[in-house]
Amino acid sequence: MDGSSPTPGSGPGDGVRRQELPRRRILVYALAASTLTVATPVGIGVAAEGGQRGEDPESALRKPSDVVVIGDDDEMLVLEVTAANRVVVRLPRAEVGQGITTAVAMMIAEELDARLADVDIPLAGARAKGNQFTGGSDSVRSLYGPARELAAVARAKLVTAAARRWHVPARTLRTKHTMVVAPDGRTATFGSLSAAAAQVHTPAVPSKPKPASQHSVIGRPTPRIDGRDLVTGKAKYAGDLAVAGAKPTVVARPPTVLGKVVSVDDAEARAMPGVLAVVRTAHGVAVVAESFHYAFKARDALKVKWAPGPLAPLSDRAIRSRLRAAVPRLGAPPHGSAQVEGEFEFAFVSHAPMEVLTAVADVRARSAEIWFSSQTPGDARASIASAVGLPQSSVRVHVVRGGGSFGRRLAYDAAIEAALISKAARRPVKLMWSRSDDIRHGRMRPASHHRIRASHAGGRVVAFSHAMASVGESSESLGPRPQGGMTTTAHVDARKVSAGPMPSDSGLYNFGAIDQKGGGIELAIPLGAWRSVDSGTMRTAEEIIVDEVAHSLGKDPVAFRRATLRSKAAKAVLDKVASAGKWGRPMPKGRAQGVALHEEYGSCVACLAEIDVTDPHHPRVVKVVMAADVGTAVNPRGLQAQLMGTAIDGISTILQAGLHIDRGAVREGSFADFHYARQRHSPLRFEAHIMPSRKAPGGAGELGVPAAAGAVANAYARATGTRPRRFPINF
Amino acid sequence: MPHYSFVLNGKPVTVEAPSDMPLLWVLRDLLGVTGPKYGCGVGVCRACTSHLDGAEIQPCVVPVEDCASRRVTTIEGLADGEKLHPVQKAWLDCDVAQCGFCQPGQIMAAVALLKKKPHPTDADIDRIENVCRCGTYPRVREAIKKASAEG
Ligand code: FES
Ligand code: FES
Repeated sequence: MDGSSPTPGSGPGDGVRRQELPRRRILVYALAASTLTVATPVGIGVAAEGGQRGEDPESALRKPSDVVVIGDDDEMLVLEVTAANRVVVRLPRAEVGQGITTAVAMMIAEELDARLADVDIPLAGARAKGNQFTGGSDSVRSLYGPARELAAVARAKLVTAAARRWHVPARTLRTKHTMVVAPDGRTATFGSLSAAAAQVHTPAVPSKPKPASQHSVIGRPTPRIDGRDLVTGKAKYAGDLAVAGAKPTVVARPPTVLGKVVSVDDAEARAMPGVLAVVRTAHGVAVVAESFHYAFKARDALKVKWAPGPLAPLSDRAIRSRLRAAVPRLGAPPHGSAQVEGEFEFAFVSHAPMEVLTAVADVRARSAEIWFSSQTPGDARASIASAVGLPQSSVRVHVVRGGGSFGRRLAYDAAIEAALISKAARRPVKLMWSRSDDIRHGRMRPASHHRIRASHAGGRVVAFSHAMASVGESSESLGPRPQGGMTTTAHVDARKVSAGPMPSDSGLYNFGAIDQKGGGIELAIPLGAWRSVDSGTMRTAEEIIVDEVAHSLGKDPVAFRRATLRSKAAKAVLDKVASAGKWGRPMPKGRAQGVALHEEYGSCVACLAEIDVTDPHHPRVVKVVMAADVGTAVNPRGLQAQLMGTAIDGISTILQAGLHIDRGAVREGSFADFHYARQRHSPLRFEAHIMPSRKAPGGAGELGVPAAAGAVANAYARATGTRPRRFPINF
Repeated sequence: MPHYSFVLNGKPVTVEAPSDMPLLWVLRDLLGVTGPKYGCGVGVCRACTSHLDGAEIQPCVVPVEDCASRRVTTIEGLADGEKLHPVQKAWLDCDVAQCGFCQPGQIMAAVALLKKKPHPTDADIDRIENVCRCGTYPRVREAIKKASAEG
């Protein structure tokens, strides 16, 4: 791909385009190939239009002059039109259910005028450099500009190729259904034009993306492109791959978190049928066998003496009191104000993606190949390479579709562990964590303690303070090691990107002086960013206090919020849920509504939940209405699905799902005791309203969690006449 | 080692396996049928849900010996060639799946429910135990009702 020639996505003198992209041009490169292949760099949180969203001071997207094409597709989103008329875009992101492949296919189909069914979005493997980070609700934001620019350039080249073939002016040609159409009705598929288009250096028609008013795919509710594979069992996850010789592998793990092997007697296990290898790992003993059946049986036959992990003396009660003590003191409230105060506690929560951590690894003397679902394949490759002692260039990481993540696949614990086991056993392995491995040893959302105070005077909030402490992962358990897997930097980056400013700094409400302080304690416990990161606890707790302020001022929670919200967009989503959810309608005894809002990632959302607490031990959220403004919603249907997921997360984390720590061990071990919501806990009615917007896309994947959790907590409080303070409530 | 013969998705198969080997691993590791997923291995999450003689089972807790000479149906055997089962079709119409990992089990559970109760109530649907960590439950409910209404 030497000699790649840059083709700026917008030609000079192109007024419309310049209006849409006042700050930056996105460069699109033609890659030397026999079929049309174009590429464009991808940054983080790039504002494609208007430049208002996701601006990163460190400028994740380099300015065009900084971009150097070094002859491969690193840092690139690559589009190829095959001779078979497939449009193939290798996506440097993970698909874990959030629907990013569908959203990108829609952007490409839109600008190329291709049929959605002709677009394929395989996931790119790890690259040497570039932004391959999937997280912080950033994927659509970072791809919206580049993907459309890329397809628009490809389209212009295809049209130019057709014009040359037919000897007609290019501007007379149209494109639709993956074809170029001439005024006389002649057609040519993109595939048939691809080779010729690869030779087009200067397109004869503008290569600018369409104005939003002409969008017919973007913004149209669209089912997932992989829907059929998902309902027929054809979709392949890491554990479903048939990698030659990769044998089922499980690991015996200690009873306590980060416990260690003192000694192991594996004689009986080794003699069992189907067992191929038994090897020690940093925190356990791995068994490689012909089937997971044999592997589990042999694992259970191992006689291991364990040393307790560093957390061993600790239980919840002590952790809670240490957290409470670590909360910074609130300053003095404004003179003459009255106070509404609350202290809130949130338990640890498992990510528990439905697909347990699974990784296929084939580590040889001079090279290694790994298959797994990763939100950070670049970091993973570096860590795996250093763990097995190979140069990065000898390690190939294949990114596989993931069965859910919620932040869990930012870490690559299982991949490093699989690589080390493969190296020690000298054979390819298919490592799977059991569900209890996942819940007892996996990462979790840190427990936290919050002290919040709203000071009001003259019927208004004049100061708002939030001091919190959460558990941080001590260096004992950080770093590139099998059990940990996420490097400190990756962890910090994940927080930086997702959390942005501390959530309360967003100034959602007109609350006078805002003050926020954070403290924490460090424990040797594997933690990880959990969908919506700190906002999931902080903003939830704040929304509860907002309700309590309204109550003490004798105001209705919706009316009070409406009068105090700063942004028009936030007021609009609140109004939407209040009207669609019939806020304030009479309720039978034991039922109540609750409402909450959240603003982050350049987006805002409101949630109204209706709860039935007739049986206080089995509260049931019967109805949820959400409304979101995320700027341009590329796929409103995908966004509704994301919001629904956050509603179920809110119900689960507020009412029933959490982890206990008992003397250094996680008490829960499966979905029998980690009570993530089931069908009987989920709302009988769910509505998600998407506000129309022409603004650039904001983030959406995590947005709903604090609003949903806050609404459920507020509904519960109103239905029971209690003030919930510790979550989950039934624990 | 004993041999077991059964009908898998309409075709006879014979496997050599210990009698206590769970059907899940017979399917996944010996036969390469990966539609039924592992999510817990102890009958709790229902990600593996399939059918034995047309009734719902969790293959992770059913030993292969119990399947001898019987009919096993996994998600792969639900469609009639390219023609999707009405429940699969309802799933596509309602765009139920997110990550999709639980969905083979959800669909097999729904098919079994509709067979027993062609017009299930909300309370019947509430009894479905299958975990969906992506939280697609309201769409699962909608799709079951749609499949029920369309017969
Ligand atoms: S894997 Fe069978 S029920 Fe969970
Ligand atoms: S769709 Fe992901 S677990 Fe159900």
